[in-house]
Amino acid sequence: MLKVEEIDVYYGSIKALKGVSLNVNEGEIVTLIGANGAGKSTLLKTLSGLLKPKKGKIEYHNKSIAGKQAQTIVKAGISHVPEGRRVFANMTVEENLELGAYLRKDTKRIRVDFEKVFELFPRLFERKKQLSGTLSGGEQQMLAMGRALMAKPKLLLLDEPSMGLAPLLVKTIFNIIEEINRDGTTILLVEQNAHMALSIATRAYVIETGSVITSGTAEKLQASEEIRQAYLGGM
Amino acid sequence: MLKKVNTFWFSIVLAFVFYGIIQLLISTAMLNPFYTNTLIFICINIILAVSLHLVIGITGQFSIGHAGFLALGAYISAIMTMKLGMPFSVALIAGGIVAALAGLVVGVPSLRLRGDYLAIATLGFAEIIRIIFLNIDYVGGAAGMQVTHATTWTTSFLCLILTIVVIANFTNSRHGRACISIRENEIAADAMGINTTYYKVAAFVIGSFFAGIAGGLYAHNFYIIQPVNFGFLKSFDILIFVVLGGLGSLSGAVVSAILLTIVSTFLQGLPETRMIIYSLVLVMVMLYRPQGLMGTREITDYFGKWGRVKGGNQYGG
Ligand SMILES: Nc1ncnc2c1ncn2[C@@H]1O[C@H](COP(=O)(O)OP(=O)(O)OP(=O)(O)O)[C@@H](O)[C@H]1O
Ligand SMILES: [Mg+2]
Repeated sequence: MLKVEEIDVYYGSIKALKGVSLNVNEGEIVTLIGANGAGKSTLLKTLSGLLKPKKGKIEYHNKSIAGKQAQTIVKAGISHVPEGRRVFANMTVEENLELGAYLRKDTKRIRVDFEKVFELFPRLFERKKQLSGTLSGGEQQMLAMGRALMAKPKLLLLDEPSMGLAPLLVKTIFNIIEEINRDGTTILLVEQNAHMALSIATRAYVIETGSVITSGTAEKLQASEEIRQAYLGGM
Repeated sequence: MLKKVNTFWFSIVLAFVFYGIIQLLISTAMLNPFYTNTLIFICINIILAVSLHLVIGITGQFSIGHAGFLALGAYISAIMTMKLGMPFSVALIAGGIVAALAGLVVGVPSLRLRGDYLAIATLGFAEIIRIIFLNIDYVGGAAGMQVTHATTWTTSFLCLILTIVVIANFTNSRHGRACISIRENEIAADAMGINTTYYKVAAFVIGSFFAGIAGGLYAHNFYIIQPVNFGFLKSFDILIFVVLGGLGSLSGAVVSAILLTIVSTFLQGLPETRMIIYSLVLVMVMLYRPQGLMGTREITDYFGKWGRVKGGNQYGG
C-alpha cells in the first residue's frame, strides 16, 4: 500500500532522514519506534506532505506521492494526526470534526462518519458543544484522532498518541487504535511507548538518528535482546 | 442557523434605517458638516478595521502595514479623478483593485512561509509606498495632492455595508472556516488538507482591497492627501481598532473603530495628548480585558441562545 524508498529529508541544511526505506501493507498496524530526535515525526510529516523529501521515492498504491501537496495526499486517503494534539482550541468538538471532513463533498456519508466517531469516542459525544481547548489532554488526543478519521482515511498516521497520558488512558487509546484497524484502516504508529506499540503492531521499524536500524515482526523485535535493552527498559 | 442569518439581515436593515435618518438630517441641514464629516470618517475607519480584522482576527496573520494599502487606494483613486477625469465610482474601484494587487504581491512570498514574515513585509511595504509617493512630483511629493470633495455620507455608508456584508459572509462560509482553522493551528489545518497558503493570501488580498476602497473615500473627503497621512502611526491606529475590539470579533472591530474615532476627533487639536490617551486606553484594556472589548464574540451572540460565533460559526444553531 505504502512504499518508501531511500528518502532523504532536510531541515535547511540539517539532514533529518538519511536513506529511510519502509513499507506498509494493507490492513497492518506498523509501528515506528526510536529515541527522541530520531526522525519519527519528520518521517510522518514527509508522508503527509508537510515536508518534501530531497531524494527518494514514496509510493502509495503504486503512485508517487513524494513532494505532493498535503491536500492531494489527504484526498488520496492518508490522514495524519500530528504530534502534540493540535486541536482548534477556540472551536467546539463538533466544529473540529467538521473540519476533519473539509475536503469531502459527500454530506450524507459525513453524517454517518460523525456517528461512527462518536461511537468510537463516546466522551467526545458528551462534549460535542464544548470548546476543544478546554478538553483534558486525553480527550484532545481522542478529538485529534476522531478529526483525522473524519477524512475517511485508508491509511492513518499517528504521532505519539500516548504522549503525556495516564497508563489507564493509554490502554484505552491503544484499544481504540486496534478497533480502528479492525474496521479496515491501515495504521502507521509512531510511539515512545515501545512496549505498548509492539503489543498491538504487526510489524515494526526501529529508527535511530535518521536511519532505520532494524525492522521485523513485532514478536521478533520484542524478543530481541538489543531492542529490550534500548527501548523496552530491559524488561 | 436560520436565526443567525435573520439576525444578520435584521442588523443590515437596521443600519439602513439609521442611514435614512442621518441622510434626512443632512439634507434638511439639521446636521452640521462637522458631524457629517465625523460620521464619514467613522465609516472609513470601520472599513479599515473590518478589513484588517479579516487578516489578523480571522486568519491570524499579523499585518502591521495596513496604511500602505490605504495610501495606494487614496493616491490611485485621486489620480483617476483628478488627472484622468474618471468618475468617482470608477476611481474607488480602481483604488481597491490596485491595493488588492499589491496585497497579492506582498502576500504570496511572505505567506507561503509559516511564521511572522508578513509583519515585516507589510511594515516595509507601507514605508516603501509612502516614500514612493513622497518622491513622485506627479502626485505632488511632500506637499501633497489636491483632491476634490466627492465622498458623501451615502457613498461611505454603501461602501461600509458592502465591506461588512462581504467579509461577514466570507467568514461564515466554508472558506472562512478554513481561515479560522489556520488561526487556530496552522499545522493541523495543513494536515486536514486545507490549502493554508491559498487562504492566507485570499484573506489578505480581500483585506487589502477594502483598505484600498477606504483610501478612495479618505482621499476624496479631505481636499488634500499627503504622504505623511499614511505613516506607521496610521497603520498602528488601525491595528488598535482590531486589537481593542477583540481579535476575531467583527462587531468588536466596528465598536472600537466608532469609539476611538469619536475620541480622536475630539482630541484633534492635541495630537500628543491623543497618543497618550490612546496608549492609556490600550494599557487599561490589556490589563483588565486582555481579550479585547468583545473577546471573540459578536453582538448578535447576545440575541440568541445559541449564539457563539467567534468569527463565524455557520452551524451556530
Ligand atoms: N522545524 C525543524 N527545524 C530544524 N530541525 C528540526 C525541525 N524539526 C525537527 N528537527 C530536527 O530533526 C530531528 C528529527 O526530529 P523529529 O521531530 O522527527 O524527531 P522525533 O523522532 O519525532 O522525536 P520525538 O520522539 O522527540 O518526537 C531532530 O534532530 C530535530 O531537532
Ligand atoms: Mg516526534
